[in-house]
Amino acid sequence: MAQSFHSTVGSRHYRFKSLAELMAKATPARSGDRLAGVIAETAEERVVAQMVLADLPLTTFLNDALIPYEQDEITRLIIDDHNAKAFAPIRHLTVGDFRNWLLSDQATSEALTAVRPGITPEMAAAVSKLMRNQDLILVGKKCRVTTAFRNTIGLPGRLSTRLQPNHPTDDVTGIAASILDGLLYGSGDAVIGINPATDNVAQSVKLMRLMDDVIQKYQIPTQSCVLTHVTNTLEAIEQGAPVDLVFQSIGGTEATNRSFGFDLSTLAEAEAAAQSLNRGTVGRNVMYFETGQGSALSADAHHGLDQQTCEARAYAVARKFNPLLVNTVVGFIGPEYLFDGKEITRAGLEDHFCAKLLGVPMGCDVCYTNHAEADQNDMDNLLTLLGVAGCNFVMGIPGSDDIMLNYQTTSFHDALYARRVLGLKAAPEFERWLAEMQIFQDMETHRLNDQLPAAFANSLRHLPKEPRHDV
Amino acid sequence: MTSSKPIVVENSWERLRAFTDARIGLGRAGVSLPTRKLLEFQLAHAQAQDAVHCPLEVDTLARELQETFALKETPLRLHSQAEDRAMYLQRPDFGRRLNDDSRERLHAAAASQSRVALAVVVVDGLSALAVQQNSLPFLKALYQQFEQDAAEWPLAPLTIVEQGRVAIGDEIGALLNAEAVLVMIGERPGLGSPDSLGLYMTWAPEPGLKDDRRNCISNVRPAGLQMDEAARRLFLLLKEARQQKLSGVKLKDRSEDNVLEGDAATTGSTQNFLVDD
Repeated sequence: MAQSFHSTVGSRHYRFKSLAELMAKATPARSGDRLAGVIAETAEERVVAQMVLADLPLTTFLNDALIPYEQDEITRLIIDDHNAKAFAPIRHLTVGDFRNWLLSDQATSEALTAVRPGITPEMAAAVSKLMRNQDLILVGKKCRVTTAFRNTIGLPGRLSTRLQPNHPTDDVTGIAASILDGLLYGSGDAVIGINPATDNVAQSVKLMRLMDDVIQKYQIPTQSCVLTHVTNTLEAIEQGAPVDLVFQSIGGTEATNRSFGFDLSTLAEAEAAAQSLNRGTVGRNVMYFETGQGSALSADAHHGLDQQTCEARAYAVARKFNPLLVNTVVGFIGPEYLFDGKEITRAGLEDHFCAKLLGVPMGCDVCYTNHAEADQNDMDNLLTLLGVAGCNFVMGIPGSDDIMLNYQTTSFHDALYARRVLGLKAAPEFERWLAEMQIFQDMETHRLNDQLPAAFANSLRHLPKEPRHDV
Repeated sequence: MTSSKPIVVENSWERLRAFTDARIGLGRAGVSLPTRKLLEFQLAHAQAQDAVHCPLEVDTLARELQETFALKETPLRLHSQAEDRAMYLQRPDFGRRLNDDSRERLHAAAASQSRVALAVVVVDGLSALAVQQNSLPFLKALYQQFEQDAAEWPLAPLTIVEQGRVAIGDEIGALLNAEAVLVMIGERPGLGSPDSLGLYMTWAPEPGLKDDRRNCISNVRPAGLQMDEAARRLFLLLKEARQQKLSGVKLKDRSEDNVLEGDAATTGSTQNFLVDD
């Protein structure tokens, strides 16, 4: 039931007309909420909203849907899948008490796993708005989400990477060159994943074959993915293409996802189709999703909600389909949604926390565009913070420079920095492969081999003398 | 004790850079970027940031355009509702609309404007550098296409817009009584491409149009798509738009049908050095 909320501070009276308005105004400042016209008007109003939110019972979110049940299939998913039994231990809490409980010694990794099906995205979003960055890191680290396909991702003390060998014309030799570079820097245990420059089925199948050939020849315990539309991948599966993972960008409202050209039934079909191929060796997680604050507003499908709440709702979509990998593309959308390094950092930590709390295997594309007020130092900071928080994986790209998508993300070098400084390792199966291939001379101290490993030295002898361009 | 081992480990596969612009084979100091590679990256990022933040030198550009094309009047200077760069970056909606002063002056200037084929609108966008350096050479190439064509291509007065987004051309094109509008705008700079000009052509411009009504030619710069080729492609699009009286997705679909046959994607070869035996 819709209700309004009131509070008085000194001589000033504040009224929040709806739960959606209260949530938006309680959100730490960011440009996208300003653009949407839902941001708190003053710093004081923001904290008052946080105080009012802190006093709300968690059960409020089960009774007062931010987007009506009848209008939105994601609201229906959230309400219909809510597990009252799992919710029972925290049912009596307010949002403010929920923060205390999450930080308390009672909330062990096991307890957090047990309550997961009782937590809705709106509860996760609400409590995150009251939490400082260190709270988001501390609780995020306690949440464990492990998935598997040809290796195991998300184990404690591990940090995996997606090798992202994008090329502006999908040139096969150019892509192979970036894959080689990545493998020799220990990257690619989360996935070898290409954003195709030409987004059609034929091109996707070609890139799938290319990666499958490489994975088979070198017996790499990892998986591949072409980040094309889910319906393209379904067609590729029908054609018999070697599909490991199905990709889709997802948002937190039905209208956002319709603007992306799919609905929940499409994802169910895709998961079943990919699982029917039985290509995993140690697990059956076959989906790969990307998310990011601002996508709902950008699609004019945000229903007046703040962008972080919309983002958290996307994790309800993600967890329904048992993904191997999910990552927020936190700085890609641009400064009209996340203005600078500070806003990008905050959003990255919020997204990781909310996703993990809900049981989503969260990674992060720690990134920025050249029109944002951000630079490599901001990325170093966020990468380090996410490494501390137990983030499942980050991107790996040659020299941080994506020459196809024209943005900067973490490099192969960056991931090794994080592993070395935080004592983190690659997925165990992949780590063994790195040692066997002699890519590293010492896994414990993260020391790369100074010599080119024999298997790859042999491949480089096949190098054409002159540049060849396939497209 | 001194070691004869080098501090920086070079990567023997650096020669693969002949096949890609990706920053591969950078080498390493420990697991970190060697100083020279670090600074090369910093320089590219600095150039991209300068391209976003340095203001367009409008007087210089207006004078150059007037002199080069022997215009009777200096190009009209317009401004969006975004007052400065910080506002521009955070409020794309402001960048899509003219401010009141600009709208009034455009009204006055266009009062006696007869129907024209095209309004050319020069917009700073996200790279003033791109506009400053590439708009004049591109327009030279485009005007040559008009002159060589049998049909007449009457043009509206040139306009230059500060703090503008692509859609601001819709309002300008409509006020100038133009059949089509061409927006030449600085694109979001990539590393190593801070000077990229984007061309957006829209048939029957009016405020409120969506992007599916536009055709775009991207990456126009000396090291990217050359001026003559960009002008040739744009002119073909314009002729097609004039003939079919439409632009955007419907027009683009047809032009892409023509090139699909030559697309290497359909040949499916995945041969490369990593898997060749």
